[in-house]
Amino acid sequence: MIRDLSYIDVLYLIAAMRWTLALTVIAFLGGGIVGIVIALLRTANWPPLRWLGALYVHGVQGTPLLAWLFVFFFGLSIFGITVSPWIAAAAAYSIYAGAFLGEIWRGCLQAIAKTQWEAGASLGLSTAQQLRYVIVPQAVRIAIPPTVGFLVQLIKNTSLAAVIGFVELTREGQLTTATTFRPFTVYLIVAALYFALCFPLTRWSRRLEGRLHVAR
Amino acid sequence: MTYSFQFRDVFAAWEFLLDGLMLTLLLSAVTMVAGLGIGAAGAAAKVYGGPWVRRIVAGYVEAIRNTPLIVQLFLVFFGLPGIGIKFDAETAAMLTLSVNLGAYSTEILRAGLEAIPKSQLEAGRSLGLSGWQVFRYVVFFPALKVIYPALASQLVLLMLATSVVSQISAEDLFHAASIIQSRTFRDFEVYAVVAVAYLALALIFRALFALLHHLLFARR
Repeated sequence: MIRDLSYIDVLYLIAAMRWTLALTVIAFLGGGIVGIVIALLRTANWPPLRWLGALYVHGVQGTPLLAWLFVFFFGLSIFGITVSPWIAAAAAYSIYAGAFLGEIWRGCLQAIAKTQWEAGASLGLSTAQQLRYVIVPQAVRIAIPPTVGFLVQLIKNTSLAAVIGFVELTREGQLTTATTFRPFTVYLIVAALYFALCFPLTRWSRRLEGRLHVAR
Repeated sequence: MTYSFQFRDVFAAWEFLLDGLMLTLLLSAVTMVAGLGIGAAGAAAKVYGGPWVRRIVAGYVEAIRNTPLIVQLFLVFFGLPGIGIKFDAETAAMLTLSVNLGAYSTEILRAGLEAIPKSQLEAGRSLGLSGWQVFRYVVFFPALKVIYPALASQLVLLMLATSVVSQISAEDLFHAASIIQSRTFRDFEVYAVVAVAYLALALIFRALFALLHHLLFARR
């Protein structure tokens, strides 16, 4: 049944943003855990560990996110596992975000001068202690602006979960279009809502970056 | 596990995959040229333009960079016909991807232009170089060298992002996968094959960009 676009539809779209945000949080947590592992692998002393990390990063960054979503959502059923859109999306986004966050954080770890590690070692700290007390506190400061920047990418990319039937903002837009047949208005509103989520973060990331440059 | 993998069904439909691959390559190539063109114009406008021009370009860049590509595609392909502007799926895909890449490359190219200190331009002029020569030798190549890694990875990301156009039924590589999937029900196999194909493309693109980097900058 086709009906007119009304305020209630706009409210539904706004309400659907919570699933976009929920998926972003899950992806960020999952990707954060994977990312820490990858960053540590990529900066490890033993070369095979570094190769393993590089293989993961190049593999994930060389394939479309859409492929991961489809492999998890449609592909895993052959193993007898029934996958809900939630699980498929959480798994695909964790893998995807892990590769990018891992690379960002690796860069931040490596940006800390080697002499800092050596100073830690000469004080008798173990490698883990050097990381914990010397390197990470400094690296986190550098890591915040690009991490916030990646968060914007993540929010935008959660829109792809719509294609496996995950009802978030974009999917809600598709559903609203199907009942009201006002695609131009609906997608314009959807775009505006994404903008409202992302733009403040973009600004914040840029401001943090500026502040960091002044501090140095 | 009792499942036996059957890749034969997937490879039997190689003609679909090849057609899809062709469109993916075509989309990537056209978008790179058009998107970089838009980006160059945008960056020049942002660095050398008046305040109003700068504001308009900034608005374009922020609008594109803070909204998802798939929503932009839906807006162009499903939305614009509602106000009387109609494209077929391939044209809509090319247009949207170009405008999208244009915004990202505007920012990258602008960063390159701004990385050249003004004193370098003055030094070039004081050596008697013409405006064009200053641009070519003092601005263009050094700026390109600074931003080359960022630009190259943006272009690889763009190639991967073209897979999203399958969602407006443009018949690219990913769309071919969906068709084969619906005919053979070999879900895992077909998406695994396509993922590997994209990975191979990404590696080829990276190798080509590395080669180009060598050709452009090895002797400078």
